[in-house]
Amino acid sequence: MKLKFIFLSLFLFVQSVQAELYIEIREGSDSALPIAIVPFANKSGSAVPYDVSRIIANDLQRSGDFDALSTSKMLSLPEQYDQIHFRDWRLLGQKYVLIGQLKYSAYTKKYEISYELIDVLTQQRVLGEVLSSGSKGLRKLAHKISDAVYEEITGVRGVFSTKIAYITLKQLTKNKQEYRLFVSDADGQNAHMIFKSHEPMLSPSWSNDGQHLAYVSFHTGRPAIYIQHVKSSHQRKVTSFKGLNSAPMWSPDDASLVMTLSKDGNAEIYTYDLATNALNRLTNHYGIDTEASWSPNGKEVVFTSDRSGRPQVYRMNIKDKVPERLTFVGKYNARPRFSKDGESLYYVHQSNGGFHIAAIDMKTSEQQVLTSTSLDESPSLSPNGRMIMYSTLRGNSSVLAVVSVDGGAKYFLPSDSGDVREPAWSPFLN
Amino acid sequence: MKFDSLKPITALLLSGLILTGCESMDTQDENADVDVPEQGAADAGEAGSDSGAETYGAPDEPEVGAAELAAQNAKEAAMKEQAALREMRTFYFDFDQSSIKVEARASLAAHAEFLATNPASKILLEGHCDERGTKEYNIALGERRAKSISKFLVVNGVSRSQIEVISYGEERPANAAHNESAWTQNRRVYIEYK
Repeated sequence: MKLKFIFLSLFLFVQSVQAELYIEIREGSDSALPIAIVPFANKSGSAVPYDVSRIIANDLQRSGDFDALSTSKMLSLPEQYDQIHFRDWRLLGQKYVLIGQLKYSAYTKKYEISYELIDVLTQQRVLGEVLSSGSKGLRKLAHKISDAVYEEITGVRGVFSTKIAYITLKQLTKNKQEYRLFVSDADGQNAHMIFKSHEPMLSPSWSNDGQHLAYVSFHTGRPAIYIQHVKSSHQRKVTSFKGLNSAPMWSPDDASLVMTLSKDGNAEIYTYDLATNALNRLTNHYGIDTEASWSPNGKEVVFTSDRSGRPQVYRMNIKDKVPERLTFVGKYNARPRFSKDGESLYYVHQSNGGFHIAAIDMKTSEQQVLTSTSLDESPSLSPNGRMIMYSTLRGNSSVLAVVSVDGGAKYFLPSDSGDVREPAWSPFLN
Repeated sequence: MKFDSLKPITALLLSGLILTGCESMDTQDENADVDVPEQGAADAGEAGSDSGAETYGAPDEPEVGAAELAAQNAKEAAMKEQAALREMRTFYFDFDQSSIKVEARASLAAHAEFLATNPASKILLEGHCDERGTKEYNIALGERRAKSISKFLVVNGVSRSQIEVISYGEERPANAAHNESAWTQNRRVYIEYK
């Protein structure tokens, strides 16, 4: 593993917005593919509000699947195909070169961006497009190019145009806190607060259509589960039973939530039909059952239960409701989330006193600890199944961190504004 | 209607206060958290049985025998002791545990006795956890801790309707540091009298 300690300054062209996160890459994958992203030629006649090629380079570097060549090492800065000296790029060990140009039309008030992705070995142009956007849409457009390049080379859909939701916690005075729920781009930029409260907020979960968030808020003084439409900010109270109303998560068809309620005595898992408001109780045990998560096919849930004496991960078919214990290594395994293919789980695992994110293959029961940070919590999978975002303690505050599902690539999303926690990675949008 | 029926009780209450004298008033003042009229009402039941409603408004100190005085002093001492025990409001737990520690029992018994004899008193039990482990599991664990205290109180005569439970999980640490000593202080249930 090579340590990188690269600090990517995404702030250069962006006005600072409160609670925005920035990116700090700690470790790249050994198998990262070398790619040269040549600064796009600016033919617009004036300064461009966003450095598009830099955003692309940061995106690809962050994924862990690419190693973007530093601009200072480039021997030339070609703007079009016939300016590429292939021997130079081969000597630099590059597999791909991305070049491009920006123009500005005063008539349409739009930027026109053309780019080309070239395979150094075959000298073939493998991808090329001309896109246009207003100045405000340039970041979005850069992420779109990153997605196209990523998918062309890896065969996997990119997640650079997705969003994340997270909760920040700021201590205002000794006895007064402020919780804020944010939605931002996957790189932490473009953050918008969608709800705030002096009382606790927990467990944001995206609907699979990317339009809504479900979460727990104590803002009435008591915990209740809410659904909020992200764009209109319309909020609906779903449950506010006596006792716990916690850990909501959307079913794959968005028709129901799985949640934890203690209205019948202690923490049990229920499904809640959002159209009929009907509850279906799944667990029935005096131990704690909570933190349920749907399988991709919607037929099963996995959850945390301490029915064996300590928190462990269980699986249950929602029809037959028979719990099956899945984790046996370690005293504390909790808050499971399914892998994209439904064959593995990611969860919080206690080992040697520390709490880390671990993965288990459900067929072989083989467990792998993916992180080495401390007090790791709340794993959330990227929609392409390649990365896990989680929260961890760094210094005295909670920050978001990302690890690739093979444990290879790692980066942090630090913030200057207090604790950042409870990340939820959105589904693919559009 | 309901108000009228309380009148004789008010009378008994006042007579009870007069009979127990100034010292017991002092005891009550020392414990600002104690609901004074309720405490008085509890005393009135016993004190009123031999004094009756006719002592209402009587300004003269009734004569008290030596044996009676000794019994009264013992009772006051016991009350003071109970009040002191009730000053403990926060009860601590081991990691991932919700069983009540032995050293908490005497104080919880004093809270139970007070609540049982003062059925109009209500409490909120706040369950808390340290920051280790997952947030929602800790919300459930905090509830279980609070319910474990609640069960103890109910077994000792407190009515369920006097008790409310809320869990904050790891959201409201008593000590915000990230070490063993802070965690010990954060795994707790707090009794709030409403």
